[in-house]
Amino acid sequence: MSTASTTRLTLPLTALFAVCFVAPLCVLVALSLAAGPDGGVATIGHYAAFVGDRFNASILFDTLWLGVKATLVCLLFGFPVAWICARAHVRWQSVLIFLVVLPILTSVVVRTFSWIVILGRHGLLNQIVLGLGLADEPLRLLYSEAGVIIVLAQVQMPLMVLPILTVLSRIDSNLFDASQALGAGQWRTLWRVAVPLSMPGIIAGCILTYAASITAFVTQTLIGGARLIYMPLFIYQQAVGANNWPFAAAISVIFMVAVLVVVAVLNGFGRRFEKHV
Amino acid sequence: MESRRGHELHLAGITQRFGDYVAVRDIDLKIGAGELVALLGPSGCGKSTLLRIISGFMPQTEGKVFFDGEAVDHLPPNKRGVGIVFQNYALFPHMTIRQNIAYGLEVQRVPAARLKTRVDEMLDLVHMGEFAERYPRQLSGGQQQRIALARCLAVDPKILLLDEPFGALDKNLRLDMQIEVKRLQREYGITTVLVTHDQEEALSMADRVAVMSRGRIEQIASPTDIYDRPETLFVNQFVGSTNVLPGIAGEMAGAGQQVTLACGERIALAEGSRLATGAQVQVSIRPEHLTLQTAPLDNAITGVIKAVMPLGPQVLYDIAVGDGTDIKVSVPRKRGDEFLLSGTRIFAAPVPPAGYRAFPV
Repeated sequence: MSTASTTRLTLPLTALFAVCFVAPLCVLVALSLAAGPDGGVATIGHYAAFVGDRFNASILFDTLWLGVKATLVCLLFGFPVAWICARAHVRWQSVLIFLVVLPILTSVVVRTFSWIVILGRHGLLNQIVLGLGLADEPLRLLYSEAGVIIVLAQVQMPLMVLPILTVLSRIDSNLFDASQALGAGQWRTLWRVAVPLSMPGIIAGCILTYAASITAFVTQTLIGGARLIYMPLFIYQQAVGANNWPFAAAISVIFMVAVLVVVAVLNGFGRRFEKHV
Repeated sequence: MESRRGHELHLAGITQRFGDYVAVRDIDLKIGAGELVALLGPSGCGKSTLLRIISGFMPQTEGKVFFDGEAVDHLPPNKRGVGIVFQNYALFPHMTIRQNIAYGLEVQRVPAARLKTRVDEMLDLVHMGEFAERYPRQLSGGQQQRIALARCLAVDPKILLLDEPFGALDKNLRLDMQIEVKRLQREYGITTVLVTHDQEEALSMADRVAVMSRGRIEQIASPTDIYDRPETLFVNQFVGSTNVLPGIAGEMAGAGQQVTLACGERIALAEGSRLATGAQVQVSIRPEHLTLQTAPLDNAITGVIKAVMPLGPQVLYDIAVGDGTDIKVSVPRKRGDEFLLSGTRIFAAPVPPAGYRAFPV
């Protein structure tokens, strides 16, 4: 196919991006530079206001840090799940993949409310903990960061498992056999062969879970409650609550840049591994 | 270097079932210290299954595996001391050549200084010293194979398993690598099992060849015996090419038994045949064991040349015999030889010591 016709094929997507992504983004940036709610002279005052306030900076930091913790938990549980899926018999593989994808097939609101039932003071989890005598009084899971991390990790699990599974199932299984024949046990094989070779999948999974976790408005708000404020809720409060659209736009831009930096770093890390696989 | 005395491998009554399907059926095989035995057979004959059983990746349904008289069935692959060279070499793509060779030694916690000497030693052995810091994908197929072999031998395995090791190489390189691997195997005196579907590979490399079919060993013998004295029609047809002519066994006449072929010819089998008189048989003779001439010959099949195919070092004649079947005769070609022409009536007879062999149907 000639370059000209290839270019023409990308036109619909380019148009869609321009209308639905680039244009709103321009509006957002323009709005963030507006002096007051009704427009006016361009100013960087909103950015200065955000950076100047320690409270704002701590919300940004907490959000990014929450993403790191949720991503790590997701990876800790997601990698073994992907590993089991990849090595399972074909018949079981489709069942396991279905179970992994299942969370995506339910509405985020329904899913979050089910977690409230599980995590609550008299919820399922606390009844089990108390019943087994593991604690004297109910654990504080709902409206706590731990709760938010647990739920985010579960909800975003498919985003972690699927990229890792794709890479893992492409790895030549002879490599695992070769490792064992050379005397390595399962753990060494996992650590020295499977993990390094699935790095591109791990990094793709981390980028997806990270981006999804820090922007998960519903989960963060319903599980975290009103006292735990993360960036999405903060932006919502400024825009809808305080009706301060320019400030909301400014912190949105700051949030977006912060996320892009993290993603770029992960991406650069991933490229180092890709050349081998 | 430690002592390189080879280890004995003994498979006793190995059977492998997958549900109702029997992949390997009651295999008994003893391989002497330092011996190279080839498992030769078409795909699905059970040779790869046997390899996985020896290496411990697949627990066999029945039977036992012994190394030096000791059962190893309870040992997982990483404790068996079996080295495997895979068809695709299975070098770790994210490690350099040096790291690949060092991998097995690191598992054994060999001290750093000794590890380095050992890796250098192995690199020298396969003449790959200058490639130590490269990655596998930067090497050619033959070079990757040397590294795979070096990685295997570095940990001093008791048994070396070669799984279709030359399949991915082009023809010229394959011959070079076969010579090279044979040299290393001799030098190390390591007991080796070579799994292959390539008869030339098996015949050229092995001390003994075990021809397998449908989960059984059809015949195990030296390459010469397998080629010249096949015990079954399967072995005869699978190893080399052969002409097969149906016939009926007749009386003993002198040294060999008489057979009346379906094409009407009456021929005498090679010595040693003992088939029931009147039995349906398949008579087999290899194209290169026949000679052709226009004058009558003893013990010959007569026919008419249908096609002449000069194949370089030899000429292949396609000859129509009595009942409409064809036989092929391969004649070595000397400079200045004239070809026989199509349509010529000829006599084809075995060149001693080769002879007609017959197998019951």
